[in-house]
Amino acid sequence: MSFKKLLTAGVLGATLAAPVFADTTKVGFVYIGPVGDHGWTYTHDLARIALEEEFGDAIETSYVENVAYGADAERVMTQMALSGTDLIFATSFGYGPDMNTVAARFPNVAFEHATGYIQETDNVSLYNARFYEGRAVIGHIAGKMTQTNKVGYIASFPIPEVIMGINSAYLHAKAVNPDVEFNVVWAYSWYDPAQEAAAAEALIEQGADIIMQHTDSTAPLTVAQDAGIFAFGQASDMSAFAPQSHLTGILDVWAPYYIERVQAVIDGTWEAGDVWHGIVDGMVGFAPFSDTIPEDVRAEAEDMIAAIAAGEYHPFTGPINKQDGTPWLADGEVASDGDLLTMDFYVEGITSDIPN
Amino acid sequence: MILGSINPAVLVAALMVAATPILLAAIGELIVEKAGVLNLGVEGMMIIGAVTGFIIAVNSGSPLMGFIGAALGGMALSLLFALLTQALMTNQVASGLALTLFGLGLSALIGQKYVGITPPRTPKLDLGLLSDIPFLGRAVFSHDIVVYLTIALVGAVWWFLKYSRAGMILRAVGENHDAAHGLGYHVKRVRVLAIMFGGACAGLGGAYLSLIRVPQWTEGMTVGAGWIALALVVFASWRPWRAMAGAYLFGGVVVLQLNLQAAGVRIPVEYLSMSPYLITILVLVIISSGKARGSLNAPGSLNRPFHASS
Repeated sequence: MSFKKLLTAGVLGATLAAPVFADTTKVGFVYIGPVGDHGWTYTHDLARIALEEEFGDAIETSYVENVAYGADAERVMTQMALSGTDLIFATSFGYGPDMNTVAARFPNVAFEHATGYIQETDNVSLYNARFYEGRAVIGHIAGKMTQTNKVGYIASFPIPEVIMGINSAYLHAKAVNPDVEFNVVWAYSWYDPAQEAAAAEALIEQGADIIMQHTDSTAPLTVAQDAGIFAFGQASDMSAFAPQSHLTGILDVWAPYYIERVQAVIDGTWEAGDVWHGIVDGMVGFAPFSDTIPEDVRAEAEDMIAAIAAGEYHPFTGPINKQDGTPWLADGEVASDGDLLTMDFYVEGITSDIPN
Repeated sequence: MILGSINPAVLVAALMVAATPILLAAIGELIVEKAGVLNLGVEGMMIIGAVTGFIIAVNSGSPLMGFIGAALGGMALSLLFALLTQALMTNQVASGLALTLFGLGLSALIGQKYVGITPPRTPKLDLGLLSDIPFLGRAVFSHDIVVYLTIALVGAVWWFLKYSRAGMILRAVGENHDAAHGLGYHVKRVRVLAIMFGGACAGLGGAYLSLIRVPQWTEGMTVGAGWIALALVVFASWRPWRAMAGAYLFGGVVVLQLNLQAAGVRIPVEYLSMSPYLITILVLVIISSGKARGSLNAPGSLNRPFHASS
């Protein structure tokens, strides 16, 4: 438990004793990492701050960071519910069982679970972002801009979310550059700056001149900057870490959804839902495009963003074969959400294997 | 050949860099444990070193000042441990764990304003002709000065423990503190000094991450390097050169598996990337079990509190 977490826990404890004002809506956040990671947790905390700006004194927010899955998460959420929190956001995949346990005990508290899939009671809501839409756009830019035709990809864990991202980026790089190759390195971590830096170095040594990451630290960008090659950021605008190398990055934009849900709680209209929002809903955004992206590539990328937002184009549109050559999507066929959320295979053309 | 398109010189160069932070922390902890103290707060001291070194380097514009600051920062935190365990006689394991938690939290607090800043860079040492030697030039003679100073430090610690009088006193204190006390040595003073040295080394290891390896400050950036350093000490049977071999082995496994992946070699990377951590867990279990101590060459008074009246 970190120092700040202790402080927050203390504050939570103190609020237990304070009289509860009925007109203030309390919103609690449970974070898996530190708010200073500049990645995943940081973007959720940006949205929390946006909530405070939007609603002012009408709401009160609190958060606990570095909360481990299991007993720790259950304790934190129970404490929040006991202290009169009306709406609790838990922002990591593994909180599912803990959240449902607590939700069953507190039927009057609304629960929101990011990237989860367990919904046992009618006060648990699920939300997720279609990051593969963003990956398609940066894949296109990478395919256009690579000189060596080698793109380095730092992946975290072999789960559908990450595999989906690799496939989406590869398909769109390949579409504009048939010679492109993807070298994937699995870091087996969401956040390990030294390991991610070493992975980026290994990829550059193998000839990659563009680095993509599905991990949360800014270390790969610094390595790319030193090597004089390009890279994409992750989750938040990381351009300050590598001004010359940073092309753009996929942004996690949670504020619109959080504002909508908090408003629903205030209005008394909150109901459990299950949403998977994309570019059109504003949950997937982009860091400002770098000036180093050529004008035509920028225009194509912006067209693709517009087409995806308008629903005219789906990044997984057939014909697409699986890696072993068996057909997956027929010509014009669009992948179903269920297929995407359980994706455990590479598409045709990627040469490495997914680790078990 | 399994190495495929990997350049071995690059591999060696990368593993030396990857090993340096854990080696620095491990060599410091080795001295602490040789003095009979088990300080599990290495991770906390490393991260404090990472943040203080970063802040001082950014504000002074000098990486050297940063490293000095990191050593002092790690030392300051270790003094807290010394106060708890040597003066107040608290349990070493619990105090060490608390030190890690405290260090992680405190570093996040004082480092908040420094996220997203680039520190002044440490130049690679210009070794002239040596760097032009084929293979060796790229592999061994292309690093920053800290890599070489760390190796020199390992040699110095080896000499200190084996040949110097002060080193023998330190070992005596670690092997049997009652006997050392009976001979008139100041057990607590020796231990406090050892703890301070350990803190300074851990701080330097942390600063190597934040100033050279990554180089940035982000919360929790050591990600377990301190625990690996602790395991290395046991793995090395409390011998300095073996600690260095262990650190290079560990650094080598990490770097090799990443390079094999990048080169597209089909190997079960999940096991390879797991192995250092499995060894760490195994070794930490052995160290805390107590029974295997003798066979492992552990200092006799390791983790035993000393009170002059006893």
